[in-house]
Amino acid sequence: MTKIKTHIPEGPLADKWTKHKADLKVVSPANKRKLDIIVVGTGLAGASAASSFAEMGYNVLNFCYQDSPRRAHSIAAQGGINAAKNYQNDNDSVYRLFYDTIKGGDYRSREANVFRLAEVSGSIIDQSVAQGVPFAREYGGLLANRSFGGVLVSRTFYARGQTGQQLLLGAYGSLNRQVASGQVKMYYRHEMLDLVMIDGKARGIIVRDLATGEIKRFGAHAVVLATGGYGNVFFLSTNAMGSNGSAVWQAYKKGAYMSNPAFVQIHPTCIPVHGDQQSKLTLMSESLRNDGRVWVPKDKDTVEKLRKGTVKASQVPEEDRDYYLERRYPSYGNLVPRDVASRAAKERCDAGFGVNETGKAVFLDFKDAINRLGRHVVEARYGNLFQMYEKITDVNPYEEPMMIYPAIHYTMGGLWVDYNMMTNIPGLYAIGEANFSDHGANRLGASALMQGLADGYFVIPYTIGDYLADEIQVPRIDTNHKAFEETESAIKAKLEKLKNTKGKTPVDYFHKELGRIMWDKVGMSRNEKELKEAVEEIKKLEKEFWADVRIPGDLNELNQEIEKALRLADFFEMGELMALDALERNESCGGHFREESKTEEGEALRDDKNGAYVSAWEYKGEDADPEMNVEKLEFEFVTPTQRSYK
Amino acid sequence: MADKILKQIKVKVWRQKGPKTKGKFETYIVNDISTGTSFLEMMDILNDNLIREGKEPIAFDHDCREGICGVCSLYVNGRPHGPDDDVTTCQLHMRKFKDGETITIEPYRSKAFPIIKDLIVERNAFDRILQAGGYISINTGGVPDGNAIPVSYDDAEAAMDAASCIGCGACVAACKNASAMLFVSAKVSHLARLPQGKVEAARRAKSMVAKMDELGFGNCTNTGACEAECPKGISISNIAKLNREYLCAKIKD
Ligand SMILES: Cc1cc2nc3c(=O)[nH]c(=O)nc-3n(C[C@H](O)[C@H](O)[C@H](O)COP(=O)(O)OP(=O)(O)OC[C@H]3O[C@@H](n4cnc5c(N)ncnc54)[C@H](O)[C@@H]3O)c2cc1C
Ligand code: SF4
Ligand code: FES
Repeated sequence: MTKIKTHIPEGPLADKWTKHKADLKVVSPANKRKLDIIVVGTGLAGASAASSFAEMGYNVLNFCYQDSPRRAHSIAAQGGINAAKNYQNDNDSVYRLFYDTIKGGDYRSREANVFRLAEVSGSIIDQSVAQGVPFAREYGGLLANRSFGGVLVSRTFYARGQTGQQLLLGAYGSLNRQVASGQVKMYYRHEMLDLVMIDGKARGIIVRDLATGEIKRFGAHAVVLATGGYGNVFFLSTNAMGSNGSAVWQAYKKGAYMSNPAFVQIHPTCIPVHGDQQSKLTLMSESLRNDGRVWVPKDKDTVEKLRKGTVKASQVPEEDRDYYLERRYPSYGNLVPRDVASRAAKERCDAGFGVNETGKAVFLDFKDAINRLGRHVVEARYGNLFQMYEKITDVNPYEEPMMIYPAIHYTMGGLWVDYNMMTNIPGLYAIGEANFSDHGANRLGASALMQGLADGYFVIPYTIGDYLADEIQVPRIDTNHKAFEETESAIKAKLEKLKNTKGKTPVDYFHKELGRIMWDKVGMSRNEKELKEAVEEIKKLEKEFWADVRIPGDLNELNQEIEKALRLADFFEMGELMALDALERNESCGGHFREESKTEEGEALRDDKNGAYVSAWEYKGEDADPEMNVEKLEFEFVTPTQRSYK
Repeated sequence: MADKILKQIKVKVWRQKGPKTKGKFETYIVNDISTGTSFLEMMDILNDNLIREGKEPIAFDHDCREGICGVCSLYVNGRPHGPDDDVTTCQLHMRKFKDGETITIEPYRSKAFPIIKDLIVERNAFDRILQAGGYISINTGGVPDGNAIPVSYDDAEAAMDAASCIGCGACVAACKNASAMLFVSAKVSHLARLPQGKVEAARRAKSMVAKMDELGFGNCTNTGACEAECPKGISISNIAKLNREYLCAKIKD
């Protein structure tokens, strides 16, 4: 019998959530006051959940590793947020948003979850507007929309190129109001290091105060993880430097299932790596592909000249340019989905046509757009991105094309959750990028913000009551319980062990090496041989790390090296599981491309007979192999078809 | 355009072990830095050297490294966010420096932003000012349809300009009075320009200003240093708007 219980309600797709809400238990206001909830994370998911819980009357303890909740990585999202408002009268609907999301995810997500996401999407916009989020407006005063990544309607709401920032500041405002009222206790510069379980239920966390190094215990009736994605396994990514997978990973090691860890999104338009000294990659918004044309030279001679700098890109005549996306995908052209565009860039660069010194860059050219629309229009649309590009590269993109290359951007995989957003550990929830639930094998642009806020404002405030209704007799969790003691000792031992390694090599060295293995062998294009090699290489590197890492300074003070070391220790283990998950999945789907599974023309080939599942990895101990449980995906309402963008 | 190599630079950095210890400058040498390297990557390289030499790396705040989270906060060669306009420290690049140059790096210095370690300061005072009223008092759910509240194009744009503040604190660090007026005014005018925010505009201005005074920020004497150093171009005209809102609130009292 399968261990997986999704708790998806029966009945027609459109009625499921309504019916489910009617069946959920509700906690009375008097009892809410007696219940504590820990929320780890203050991004869109965490801040929206924490403030909503507090407004309902629960006592909330909220944590983030930054110096302020406002700095969670959601702040960096640029392009926009989707919602099925149909304000443009272009025949958008909840069903269409649902369908686009399921198809965009290459049929590897749950119908019921995705439908609910589409269903509540409109309320997110209403909520954000009421909070004072300054969305773009038309002259008539109503909300403006733009279109995004391959869909046929205009449903993306935006606040210039800073949509994530403005949505987060809205949620942060609500959170601040609850902090002021005392209903939320905010712990900033506090990093969760482990989950505490009592009698099989999540009952608290162990935390390190990053400013002082003090290890602290916190108990609660439920624990919600909203800790974002784990893209930094690859070292270089568009994520913030501190983004990490550790909270999720500790939950996994306590028995929570980890789903689809191999599903990683590689974004095609990022500023290329400039050298060994690089720490982080910068995204250039997907919206640029609306007007920019992607190309490399047709001949290697020109490539050589470009690399040497003897010829400028703008001097390469039209007939010597290969607009390879337009050539390969005439109907979608430069607007093919992210995974397709990324692989096509890699294919050209691997074939020797990369246009910068490292051979890992292609052009994104605005020459035609500027000729067609005029410079002022291009400036109005993309001015801030062009400015950012010039500050970083010292190249003026109005005169010379941008250079871009794919980079790690988002992780679709995450903790397994049921329809209520609860993991298989009772009382432990996962929301936002930290869970696996809605994006299948590939996320559509402008859908992560939607999901984070849907989870936090409109899903978990309802579903958590169903669990907590049975907890009202449980007194405040005693952090002197032996489970807290044991978990804390284990953490302290781990810290001491790292500190006392007394090696000679800095943490970053190992992280960069791990990134190299992941990018080369568990990146855009994967095969059995290399995935197996990756597992071995990661293991070896991990051993070296534990033998040779150097952590200067003390544990009982602000110590950024120990912070990094703890996160990296988990990334090794995560990286290995990602490779294993990729090995198990023999098909190509979405962002996961297995070289063994492609069409004659080299396009990704899905295998619905064997691949229509969600993996749910179960930790079996330090020296044992993890076990893969399977949640079968049933498609009752849509029929999976092969994606084609030709 | 093409990157050059800076053969040697000297970095003079403020080192301070903890909040209560005395700090001092130390000078380090960094060799062979590409001008295409970001300033914080140069710091990474320096730290890598220090660790390998058995010394303690320099603590500094950073996260998004793309100018939006507002956490990076260095005072470089006498300017918050260093010698380039309209950028945060993390967007600063080494092409702004010359071979052989001595670069001086300090933490923000302000009573309201105490030093935790080396270049890291505590800016929780900003959160506390916003907790005093920098929001619209609504709960989740029960709000009208998004299009039920029309906002003129110009108001939305002006609100967005003010809302672009990243809470970095450069304005305070640049001000000889350590005033937080630019930061406070940005939030007050963002919300006061929108119909949703007007409802409690008076209360908001009053309580945020009171909190700012309580937390030890100085008075604004209109020097304009804040606007000049703000990486997000927050306009000093917001301060005038705040003063108007504040005055209105006081008159009503
Ligand atoms: C550059 C960029 C641009 C993007 N643009 C878009 C876009 O236009 N549209 C879109 O829909 N999506 C976009 N995305 C994706 C989207 O921004 C994210 O998926 C989403 O914001 C994640 O939100 P979250 O709340 O799940 O996590 P995050 O915002 O990452 O928040 C994580 C929180 O958890 C905390 N945390 C993490 N670990 C710990 C720990 N161990 N202890 C304590 N606290 C911890 C952090 O402090 C933080 O508060 C973009 C992403 C990037 C990187
Ligand atoms: S007003 Fe400008 S300088 Fe001051 S905190 Fe905001 S962004 Fe930083
Ligand atoms: S690190 Fe985020 S703004 Fe500089």
